[in-house]
Amino acid sequence: MAFPDRIERTVEIAHPPARVWAALTTAEGLSAWFGQEAKIELRPGGAASMRWDNGHTAEMRVERVEEPTVFGFTWHIYGLPEDDPRRTYVEFTLHPDGPGTRLTVVESGFAQLPEGTYQTTYDGNTQGWASELGELADYLDAAA
Amino acid sequence: MPRPDSGAAGHPAPDTEAIAEQVFVALADPTRRAILAALATVGPVTATDLAIRLPVSRQAIAKHLALLTGAGLVAAEPGERRRVRYRLHSAPMRVAQQFLAALARDWDGQLGALKDHLDQQARESAGPRAPSQQHE
Repeated sequence: MAFPDRIERTVEIAHPPARVWAALTTAEGLSAWFGQEAKIELRPGGAASMRWDNGHTAEMRVERVEEPTVFGFTWHIYGLPEDDPRRTYVEFTLHPDGPGTRLTVVESGFAQLPEGTYQTTYDGNTQGWASELGELADYLDAAA
Repeated sequence: MPRPDSGAAGHPAPDTEAIAEQVFVALADPTRRAILAALATVGPVTATDLAIRLPVSRQAIAKHLALLTGAGLVAAEPGERRRVRYRLHSAPMRVAQQFLAALARDWDGQLGALKDHLDQQARESAGPRAPSQQHE
């Protein structure tokens, strides 16, 4: 068993790269197959987001825009707390394939650990809460 | 151009898998799941508190707490009247969650939806020509 850091898929799509590019990089395209609602600012460093009917949302940061070949973004790792800095990187690569497109998606970074702060950050957080709640208890004791 | 994943690729964390494995071993036992759930629900408590809450002997609780402490999921800390309290330590859980996130990422389903969308879009743009074809 190995911790999966990288997921890769390639699919043959019977439509030209321009069509696929529009589906990947426009709000209209993304909302048709990925999220139910989408926003995107298509430039490196631009913000993008998606929303689903079940209330789940995803905030993305656009990283690579090389029309119509490479589109990359980072996003938060599903299930981790909102403030966790770790993100996976998703990159779509489009290759013309006859009249269609060969599309590859690679998502990487699942196996990363927070750099150097693994123990201290979380200890800091839990102790922070413990001491804040302790201060609240002291305050309430004094007020009683 | 710098890639956001270059750090992870350049310095693979050798203990990521070990950390995740310890979490899954810990969660494989119903008593340990109950202990972790109790700590998550009520916060730091002593082994005696846990034995009162759960239908398990204090000795069994202590044995499970030792394993959980070894896995880094629980930390012992001094409590009131010098009794040791156990606190949930969430960092290893987050590593295991990344493992689960990788397994749950359904790119096959997502790419299938992309294909369907493009097929439908092509059919719609070809739609207006359909009536003239019927006349032939």
